[in-house]
Amino acid sequence: MISDITAAQDAALADIAAAPSLEDVVVLTTRLSGKKGELAALKKRLGSLDSIDDRKAAGQAVNDAMAAVDAALAARRAELAQVEMASRVDAERLDLTEFVGRPTRGHAHLVTQAWERLEDVFVGLGFRVAEGPEVETDWHNFEALNMPVGHPARGEWDTLFVDHVPPGGEPGTTVLRTHTSPVQIRTMLEEEPPIYIVAPGRVFRRDTPDATHMPVFHQIEGLVIDRGITMADLAGTIEAFTQAYFGPGFHSRLRPSYFPFTEPSAEFDIQRPNGDWIELGGSGMVHPNVLRAGGLDPEVWSGFAFGFGIDRMAKERHGIEDIREMYADDIRFIEQF
Amino acid sequence: MKILLSWLNEYGDFADPTDPVAVARLADTLTSLGLEVEAIAVIGDTVDGVITARIVELVAHPDAANVQRVYVDAGDGERLHVWCGADNIAVDDIVPLAVIGTEMPNGMKIERRGILGIDSEGMLCSARELGLGDDHAGIEILPPGTPLGVPYGDALGVTPDVLLDADVTRNRPDCWGYVGIARDVAAKLGVEFRPPRPQVEADGQPATTPVEIVDGDRCARFTSTVISGVEVKPSAGWMSARLTAAGMRPINNVVDVSNYVMLELNQPNHAYDLDTLGGGGFRIRLATAGETLTTLDGERRAFSTDDLLICDANDVPIGVGGVMGGLDSEISGATTTVALEMAWFSLVGIGQTVTRTNLRSEASARFERGVDPHGMPTAIKRFAELLRETCPDLVVHAGGADEQTSHLPPAERSVDVRIDAVNRLLGTDLAVDALPGMLDPIGYTVSGSGDVRTVVLPSWRLDSTDEVDVIEEVARHYGYDRLGTTVPKSVVHGGLSVRQQRRRRVRDVLLGLGISEAMPNPFLAPGTLAKAGLPVDAITISNPLVTEESVLRTSLRPGLLQAIAYNESHRSAGVRLFEIGHVYPPSDGELPAEYEALTIVLAGEEAPAAVAVWRELAAALGVGARIDQGRVPAGLHATRSATLQAGKQPLGAVGEVAPAVLAAFGVGERVAIVELNLDEIIDRDPKPAQWRPTSRQPSSDLDLAFVLPVSIPAEKLDKAIRQGAGSLLVDLTLFDVFRGERLGPDGRSLAYRLRLQAADRNLTDADIADVRRGVEAAATKLGAELRS
Repeated sequence: MISDITAAQDAALADIAAAPSLEDVVVLTTRLSGKKGELAALKKRLGSLDSIDDRKAAGQAVNDAMAAVDAALAARRAELAQVEMASRVDAERLDLTEFVGRPTRGHAHLVTQAWERLEDVFVGLGFRVAEGPEVETDWHNFEALNMPVGHPARGEWDTLFVDHVPPGGEPGTTVLRTHTSPVQIRTMLEEEPPIYIVAPGRVFRRDTPDATHMPVFHQIEGLVIDRGITMADLAGTIEAFTQAYFGPGFHSRLRPSYFPFTEPSAEFDIQRPNGDWIELGGSGMVHPNVLRAGGLDPEVWSGFAFGFGIDRMAKERHGIEDIREMYADDIRFIEQF
Repeated sequence: MKILLSWLNEYGDFADPTDPVAVARLADTLTSLGLEVEAIAVIGDTVDGVITARIVELVAHPDAANVQRVYVDAGDGERLHVWCGADNIAVDDIVPLAVIGTEMPNGMKIERRGILGIDSEGMLCSARELGLGDDHAGIEILPPGTPLGVPYGDALGVTPDVLLDADVTRNRPDCWGYVGIARDVAAKLGVEFRPPRPQVEADGQPATTPVEIVDGDRCARFTSTVISGVEVKPSAGWMSARLTAAGMRPINNVVDVSNYVMLELNQPNHAYDLDTLGGGGFRIRLATAGETLTTLDGERRAFSTDDLLICDANDVPIGVGGVMGGLDSEISGATTTVALEMAWFSLVGIGQTVTRTNLRSEASARFERGVDPHGMPTAIKRFAELLRETCPDLVVHAGGADEQTSHLPPAERSVDVRIDAVNRLLGTDLAVDALPGMLDPIGYTVSGSGDVRTVVLPSWRLDSTDEVDVIEEVARHYGYDRLGTTVPKSVVHGGLSVRQQRRRRVRDVLLGLGISEAMPNPFLAPGTLAKAGLPVDAITISNPLVTEESVLRTSLRPGLLQAIAYNESHRSAGVRLFEIGHVYPPSDGELPAEYEALTIVLAGEEAPAAVAVWRELAAALGVGARIDQGRVPAGLHATRSATLQAGKQPLGAVGEVAPAVLAAFGVGERVAIVELNLDEIIDRDPKPAQWRPTSRQPSSDLDLAFVLPVSIPAEKLDKAIRQGAGSLLVDLTLFDVFRGERLGPDGRSLAYRLRLQAADRNLTDADIADVRRGVEAAATKLGAELRS
């Protein structure tokens, strides 16, 4: 009996080992395993054995054989599943450098990229972002900025005038803003200090386009109005911006200059880690007349303002030789950045 | 302002021109004072190999229009041949000749290089080529009698010098003169300042030139001094050299002294030949309309009633006040007696005349910024002192005219300065006693005691009127670099506004959809709006650079269509572009009805592509709008476009650009388009989406196809299905649209998948049957027919 059991087990194991596919393992499972399988059938012959001990031993042997067969089935099933998966994976091979189609990401304008980077740095320094109209009144663009009618400095702005006439107003008093500074005035008139804003925006000059000039370009302007603001605060803020935007090896300096809307006025330069200086923008302490135009008492409030061009930042960052390229809207240019 | 260092050193010991370190230090000092040095040029460094030569013969060559053949004699009697492109030379002129082998300051090496097969034995040089100055108009011509064959530096008495190019800002009128610059630098460096102190007396017999100022607001002071014993001849070499280096061409001793005094003391002036001065006097008045005068530059100009003329006593114009003299009143070789004008003009008036006539001069540039209204007496004496060097018999006559009007700024102006205000603005901790040390040397005289001091403002600093002007002077002379670096102390928080955040979101969504950002010119050509089929009412620029860029856009569409056309012409088809930018429709208000717009154009795509973009954007921004094909926006495709309507408010448009417009813009592809008024969309965040629990019960899909005439919008069928399906419908997708002959020209089949699910139980067949019945009923009512 025991030998029959052993033989059956050996035969079953041999069949399992030889099963070529998962389907064959399923067939074998039905044939060999479970209460109705070939091995279980051997149990019926146990009754023919005389001794209890023999019956016990043979019963144990059948059970062991069944367990061994089940284990072999499971192992073979796993083995075949793995082989099958491997061959499927192998059959699915792709050449990933065989790329059909084209990139589908859109590209933000370079000015926008620079604009948002600048905004983010200033937001990090505690500034909010303010905006204003691009077509402005003469009052906001000049007069409130300490440039009354006839002020000689007005000529330096190469202003573009438009034919809009305000109700009851004079022709020639509506301009395309020549700087973002009118936003200073609007902010002062609309909000109570303390004011900590930057105003990025589009500005206009009657300038013939060339490699470094466009009649339509972009500036960012900062304004701080608070109690006890000093020129040292201006220097410190410019320095903080310089390091935050350009990097820790960069430094800044102020040197005297002239703008009608600030006094004292200063240009600010940035020093590269290699020691070279680059002129960046203009700044200064807000002129008392400008504070007054903004409805603020210069004996109570003081502040500083600064501004510089955005286009140039984009142009220099990417080594663009001619600023007009940035405005040609040529997709071959746009997709480079 | 070009500053010749040797000239500046006349008023103080500033820097040795041959010491580059000292020169660089001086340049830094100027920059730290607000006189930004933009360039430092070493001049007068003699170029080895350049010698003096006399022109012997000039020969034109028939095949070379722009150059001529020149024979020169370099002192040894031999004829050397050179080619020369300048036309200011004549036989017997003595000129600098760079011989073969000379290395020029710009690095060029002179070679025996000829043209047309004829060698050149050297090169004749301009002042700039020799590093002598800026003049590159022609060959430098040396004074007659200059010895031949000697190094030109020796012949000219040229010594090494430095030319500093400093940027003078509008608030520093004094720095348009050497003395003003020297005063500032001397104060900063603590060097002794030596301004000219001319010792000339008006001791000649009294001689007057009557002066009548008619328009006293425009000319507030006019002095005229009679000087006789004048002999017109070339200036001394040192003066010619200085003027040349400063970029002015020496003319004769009278004109040169006039220019010299202007450059030195910032006092423009004009010498008239008294013998030819009509009526022997002056009348200063506004021009009559269209009155003409030929100015020194040879142009006959017409003037307006806002332009100031200097006339002689017979009322004949002889000059444009503060701008330029008349051609006919120039002094001549026969002049022996001059009437010397020194005057003060209204800054604004000069500026207006300059702008209107586009006539500008060294004098007008100075008057426009403000010369010292009280500097004439010294300047007159200085003029006489310098002219006497070449005219030993010169006499200054007593009794010169000095007319002043009430518009002349007073000689003494003062302002109170609080040390407190100084420190509050600068963040310094200066003692009040530090003020005189910083201010007195630059002519701001501090007096009084206590914390508030009276400061008398210098007459040459008309820009200074208020306390803050004096504070700026303190800051300059204290040093901007010594101010601290602190940061403001207020607790504020930065951030982007809702609008700014949502603008970025719009951009991010579009970039993610593969659409790139363009920035076309906001100025359009006249007719472009009409070409785009848009309303033509627009604001125009009154003084455009070019007419093609004179109309303010009222829509972003034309610019983007031009961008597509441009890209198509460069073989870039299928571009997908968007712009976020302002448009400026006209209005009756204080300002135009400017708003922020968004336009998206998809070249080579059809209207549904635009709808898909709109839907993505609407979902991302949490806005909704009806696609109203009943209202076709101007310039868009009549059967493929719609207004986006939020309630009664139009938000924008979606669809395709009209074929006629595309043709007009030269665009070959179809163009799908979305246009939005961002002002209506990005100012407010929508309410945050609220959570709906997702059902854990199994769902079931029901596919239904309907035949719906194209005259009924699919949107309505959507709505009917939703309504008919009731609360078990959790998702509705239109997954197929089919048009075929069987359905007729007006028919189409729309296939929808309805996902059904109950929140709390399994669906039964009866549930599904109910939904189907409900949907069918609603669809039938609309005019749709369920296909089985």
